[in-house]
Amino acid sequence: MTLTWLDWLLMLVYFAFVLGIGFALKSKTRTSSAFFQAGRAIPAWVCGLAFISANLGAQEIIGMAASGAKYGIATSHFYWVGAIPAMVFLGIFMMPFYYGSRARSVPEYLRLRFDEKTRAFNAVSFALMTVFSSGISMYAMAKLLQILRVFDAPFAALGIGPEYIFHIAVVSSAVVVLVYVLLGGLSSAIYNEVLQFFLIVAGFAPLVYLGLRDAGGWSGIVRTVPPGFTHAWIGLGSASTNPMGVNAFGVAMGLGFVLSFGYWCTDFLVVQRAMAADSMTAARRTPLIAAFPKMLFPFLVILPGLIALSVHGGVVPVKMYEGTTTVVMDALGKPQLDYDLTAPTLMLRYFPTGMLGLGLTALLASFMSGMAGNVTAFNTVWTYDIYQAYLRPSASDAHYLWIGRMATVFGIAASVLTAYVAAQFNNIMDVLQLVFAFVNAPLLATFLLGMFWKRTTGHGAFSGLVAGTCAAALHHGLTLPTGAIAGVKGGWLGSVASYPSEMAQNFWTATDAWTVCFLVTIAVSLMTQPREERELVGLVYSLTERPRDAQLPWHRRPVVLGVVVLASTMLLNVIFF
Amino acid sequence: MLDIRVPVGVMFGAMGALLTGYGALGDQSIYGRSLGINVNLVWGGVLLAFAACLLILSARARSRRGNKP
Repeated sequence: MTLTWLDWLLMLVYFAFVLGIGFALKSKTRTSSAFFQAGRAIPAWVCGLAFISANLGAQEIIGMAASGAKYGIATSHFYWVGAIPAMVFLGIFMMPFYYGSRARSVPEYLRLRFDEKTRAFNAVSFALMTVFSSGISMYAMAKLLQILRVFDAPFAALGIGPEYIFHIAVVSSAVVVLVYVLLGGLSSAIYNEVLQFFLIVAGFAPLVYLGLRDAGGWSGIVRTVPPGFTHAWIGLGSASTNPMGVNAFGVAMGLGFVLSFGYWCTDFLVVQRAMAADSMTAARRTPLIAAFPKMLFPFLVILPGLIALSVHGGVVPVKMYEGTTTVVMDALGKPQLDYDLTAPTLMLRYFPTGMLGLGLTALLASFMSGMAGNVTAFNTVWTYDIYQAYLRPSASDAHYLWIGRMATVFGIAASVLTAYVAAQFNNIMDVLQLVFAFVNAPLLATFLLGMFWKRTTGHGAFSGLVAGTCAAALHHGLTLPTGAIAGVKGGWLGSVASYPSEMAQNFWTATDAWTVCFLVTIAVSLMTQPREERELVGLVYSLTERPRDAQLPWHRRPVVLGVVVLASTMLLNVIFF
Repeated sequence: MLDIRVPVGVMFGAMGALLTGYGALGDQSIYGRSLGINVNLVWGGVLLAFAACLLILSARARSRRGNKP
């Protein structure tokens, strides 16, 4: 399959528009508040789509199809269990504190609620995580574009060898994101995320349609894939009867509670989109609006994995050693499949020129939206929570704006570096879950206690976070998924226990980290002096006036939206039980 | 602030026009892989309709704002 002028032209149109949005917003980005917080002037539906799109990075698009092929429709737990309930909780219960406290970032909320050291701990770990995450996203996409070989011919015509495709992909997308974030800051990232959201849907919907048609519809898939792959819950009774190697409790606790609430409710990357909304109600509606497309996304991103397993006896390509045609074998001597190639392989299979250009543009768009999400969160946390907090507290607004722009350049450069380091994992989603387990899982306990128990103290929160992160590291260091070699996959302190899959190991790492943080925070808080209640107004649930929604029409009330979202999600779980 | 419906609408309009144009006038032998469906023509049309909806919504919002005192 080779690209024609039409495919290139479609990509060019996309690049012109993302950069154009950056230039259009340049004149409106003159203060640090405009750059980092989009002036808190964005309508709810725009924030909602940006909220979901910033999370829809390359690792999501590639990783979810990969997991769909690896674990089946149970992957939708990442949406129906692992996202929707947490998004509803964020919108209804947590946004009032984030938005109402006037904190400019999640770490800043931690300073208002607790103290400087808790904020510093979170700011530094979050900054590292965003760079890491954006680097992985970059690596994934560039690698993919290289392996697909669609760019080989046009590059050869220019006298450039295929080995340079990876470098060119990394550098060119880094430059585009750099330019539009530099120009328009968070507004530019958010508006582009909306555009990217629609583009991702436009690129994937026809793929799913053609794939389903080829597979003979859902019933065709059910007939051809192993029985456990088409049920989300049947088989979860025990870890040994489902492809993920996790039981229902592991899913509910590890994914449904710790990882999911830890990510959606505390990760500044997504929360920042809601904090940019133009009013408290808009901020609360942001994650709820996002939940509607989110609950339907499994059909767009996971279904391709099942389609690839089903059509023509399975079309997921085998994994090759880099630069060779030698197939990688697993411990049992069977060829390993390159699950990350699932979605793009289907594109090459079904899309003629034209649609192929649109599909590749959708992949690029997902890649850029994820990267811009990380970069805007990084530059804000670096500038407000590290630079302004500890390095130069009282400089002019223009100075912080300049630092924010420099942080954007630095963040992207660091991501590029990370992209070259990240190369060892078969399934990128597992790596990312691991990072979340280390950083976000303990943080969730800190936030829940901080927002809903006024007795929680700064010392308690800080020691809980440190203990929780150590517990995650310890658990990971002492356990190993079956068949894996000790190292980045775990077991680096010695292998005490083994899990049937990496996913099972991640869920339990997260659950352990959360539990340790929760218990240590409570214990230390009880031993230390709490803050005066009047200092905690607006920061703690029991001391804050509830937002009143009675004046809003019913369809705009966050609680009503939340109930509708949860009921629809329940229905999806029942249909695919 | 920027009304994002305008750039998104114009972009999808341009992409839809390119796809439908190619689907209608270009090589018809390439659609074997898409199960015999001229997916460029069909999906290009869908994108054009989507673009039109966004632009109409945006224009209506503008005129409503313009009518306010």
